[in-house]
Amino acid sequence: MKQVLRWKRLIEPAVFLLVLGLALGGAFSSFAVALLNDIAIASLVALGLVVLTGVGGMTSFGQAAFVGLGAYTTAVLTTRFGVSPWWTMMASIVLTALCALLIGAVTVRLSGHYLPLGTIAWGISFFYLFGNIGWLGGHDGLSGIPPLSVGGHPLIGQQEYLVVTLTALFLAIWMTRNLLRGRIGRAVRSLRDGSLAAEAFGIHPSTMKLIIFVYAAMLSALAGWLYAHFQRSVSPGPFGIMAGTEYLLMAVLGGAGRIYGAVLGAAVVILLRDQLQSWLPYVFGAGNYETIVFGAALVLLLRTASDGLWTKIAGPERPPQFDPPTGVITASRRERPERDAMLLELRHLSKRFGGLVAVNDVSFSVPAGRIVGLIGPNGAGKSTTFNLVTGVLSPTSGDVRFRGATFKKHSPQEMARSGVGRSFQHAEIIPDMSVVENVMLGAHLRGRAGVLQAIFGLDRKEEIVLYETAWRALQRTGLEEVALNPAGTLSLGQLRLLEVARALALDPLVVLLDEPAAGLRVGEKKALAKLLRELRQEGVAVLMVEHDMDFVMSLADHLIVLDFGTQIAEGGASEIRGNPRVLEAYLGGAA
Amino acid sequence: MDFTVFLFLLQDGIINGAIYALVALALVLVFAVTRVILIPQGEFVAFAALTVAALENGQLPGTVWLLLTLGVLAAASEIALYRRELSWHRLGRIAAFDLAVPVCFAFLTWAVAPMKPGPFAASATAILLILPMGSMIYRIAFLPIATSSVLVLLIAAFGVHFSLIGVGLLFFGPEGVGTEPFSAETFSVGSIVVTAQSLIALCVTLILILIFAVFFSYSLLGKALRASASNRIGARLSGIPVELAGQAAFTIAAGLGAVSGVLIGPLMTIYYDSGFLIGLKGFVAAILGGLTSYPLTVAGSLIVGFSEAMFSFWASAFKEVLVFSLIIPILLWRSLSTTSSGEHG
Repeated sequence: MKQVLRWKRLIEPAVFLLVLGLALGGAFSSFAVALLNDIAIASLVALGLVVLTGVGGMTSFGQAAFVGLGAYTTAVLTTRFGVSPWWTMMASIVLTALCALLIGAVTVRLSGHYLPLGTIAWGISFFYLFGNIGWLGGHDGLSGIPPLSVGGHPLIGQQEYLVVTLTALFLAIWMTRNLLRGRIGRAVRSLRDGSLAAEAFGIHPSTMKLIIFVYAAMLSALAGWLYAHFQRSVSPGPFGIMAGTEYLLMAVLGGAGRIYGAVLGAAVVILLRDQLQSWLPYVFGAGNYETIVFGAALVLLLRTASDGLWTKIAGPERPPQFDPPTGVITASRRERPERDAMLLELRHLSKRFGGLVAVNDVSFSVPAGRIVGLIGPNGAGKSTTFNLVTGVLSPTSGDVRFRGATFKKHSPQEMARSGVGRSFQHAEIIPDMSVVENVMLGAHLRGRAGVLQAIFGLDRKEEIVLYETAWRALQRTGLEEVALNPAGTLSLGQLRLLEVARALALDPLVVLLDEPAAGLRVGEKKALAKLLRELRQEGVAVLMVEHDMDFVMSLADHLIVLDFGTQIAEGGASEIRGNPRVLEAYLGGAA
Repeated sequence: MDFTVFLFLLQDGIINGAIYALVALALVLVFAVTRVILIPQGEFVAFAALTVAALENGQLPGTVWLLLTLGVLAAASEIALYRRELSWHRLGRIAAFDLAVPVCFAFLTWAVAPMKPGPFAASATAILLILPMGSMIYRIAFLPIATSSVLVLLIAAFGVHFSLIGVGLLFFGPEGVGTEPFSAETFSVGSIVVTAQSLIALCVTLILILIFAVFFSYSLLGKALRASASNRIGARLSGIPVELAGQAAFTIAAGLGAVSGVLIGPLMTIYYDSGFLIGLKGFVAAILGGLTSYPLTVAGSLIVGFSEAMFSFWASAFKEVLVFSLIIPILLWRSLSTTSSGEHG
């Protein structure tokens, strides 16, 4: 198994060297090599879109503008200021990244279909900007860009240039794969179907989206730099909205979200266009037919569309591979407070929705090493109280204190940072990620590897620690047998346990569980009860909303009863059982 | 900038805005009913103007060939889609609307063209030729993928747009045209000169918007379209065929586009690819209305028209940049104010 893996790792560099060797050896015509250069450059942009659109779910029609920005930066610096092209590569990428940071700060906050529309808008704005600034050569652009040179030898030939473009593509593929399989990549993937879970484990969605937005723009800038020194001139034409759409088509066609889909999509689109341009005029006579056929191909493709070509060839995506766990956990752990130390305190918490008072003056506390149950009939305000505590909703009045202090900003992320893990009533998992990866998401805050470490593969040690942490949480919840399956294949009961496991991976001081026993079988319930008792023993505080009375009564040290948003009783299980107000609330009237 | 210039720009802005409003209303309608962001809406506008220009020169407009081609494609597409449940009724309808009607219109145009018709006759012919294209395009490109995400529909819309642009260059050539105004009269109000053509454009737009409002408030089809827009499944359960609603929306869009084209022809030079920018500006207006509200859309169109007039006075080279930059803060405002946007890409 390991041998196979190592062997597979060699395929990529081998193919890269093979193509390069064949090209340098003169196996391809210079026309074919020119096409290879085009494909390699376009693949870089499509690769950015794979990350942005395929993985991050943000559709951009405007990537061509970033290609243009990169190309124009190097064109201006080399022709006007005589800067060496190798220096301008950095300048192109950095300047584009800065622009992307500004544009992205607004763009990534756009919701739904507003986002692609926003990208169309700035895509077009850039095009007209390039075309109308006289200093940039207007619609004619800039020419006379010097070629790249190595040790005084200019890289003018198509074959020589292929060394540069293929190396860039190879490195970009390597870096993109590193980025996607690490901590940041996981966080980005978790955002595609909503951000509730991600936020509850300390992930800031707009920051993550901005990171990949800038990353995609930087790949585009690199493509633009390569394009400028390949064509030796730039003009606004190839950076318009049509080009932007073509890049998106490449990514979608190849299979959005698949790294090699980008390369395949770029190759298919460029070869198709080349063929159309060469034989359509013979069939129909002169004219702009390739645009017509191109548009028609797009429509036809979507009519029969699926997950893209790469998925058809290579099958569905496989989860990232990790070495089997060794059982040695080195992740840092929080210091446990003493038993009964005050952790979570709700003080006079109220929430109004318009005229409706959902929660009215609720106060209770959750001390370390105790299990507190929050119960009440349907519509009692349990879920609202839960959402107030977790920071999903903000209270109309009153506050929530943690270890005696209020939160600086009572957001889900801040809760996670303080050591409050939670589960959701309706499982918020990422169905196409493996179970263990879902749990690793819970350990997001226990890692600190940033984008740069991830890109250069320097996060592997930490990833192993996070993996081991997740594995340990899965063992405690009895899910290690399904750890490598996609989370979408789990049963309802297993999903509940997965939610608990993910909360444990945070190394929590407090665990908030929203109906953890709903949907569990008897055996699973017993195992969960045992786990919760263990947690209590370890000094973890547990607050749970639960409908299963036997389950909650047997576990909770303290119960809070809500009815119509008001706290009607609190105390131990036996007190609550005998409380007339509670009986009235549950059974209605004189019971 | 003195007051006269301001009034002049205001007039310009209102007239542009009125035409953008027609485009924007069509976009909002189509989006609400079918979730398609109709990028090719501008092509209806440009092709209508180009058709009028060709007719005024006594030539047979390329629109005829486009209509015939689209008819055949739509027929083929619909037959392919319903091949398992093909009824004589459906076949008859396809034969009538996709083949017979285009051929009739083609003959009509062929008969009319050599007579060099005046602006009214030419405009009527152009609208007749463009009108059936809406439903045809819907059935070719969008009906088969009607349940896909907004993103996939948007990419398909781009595909249609590219194809139509290519066709436009083929049929109409690269030259720009300006059509004859309906009336060449001018008169002055205070210090500014008003052309009768602008007033006609404004009046027609107002009348159409009024008809639009009445249609949606009182007619059964209008109510059915509104129902499909607010709840597709609910509308289907109440017996409103979604397919029919889509076709109606696209037909109305094509009609509104054709009317805008006929009105805009005398006011600015139109090229085969001018539609894209006109469509996108209508789009900025539609987004101001959140792609849902018709009155807000009309207000948005006036804002876009007026800003464009202002920008072209101050920085004419950068007017497109400025108009499209306007969209981003608007988008941000819209997406912050509508937090419950259900659909992801």
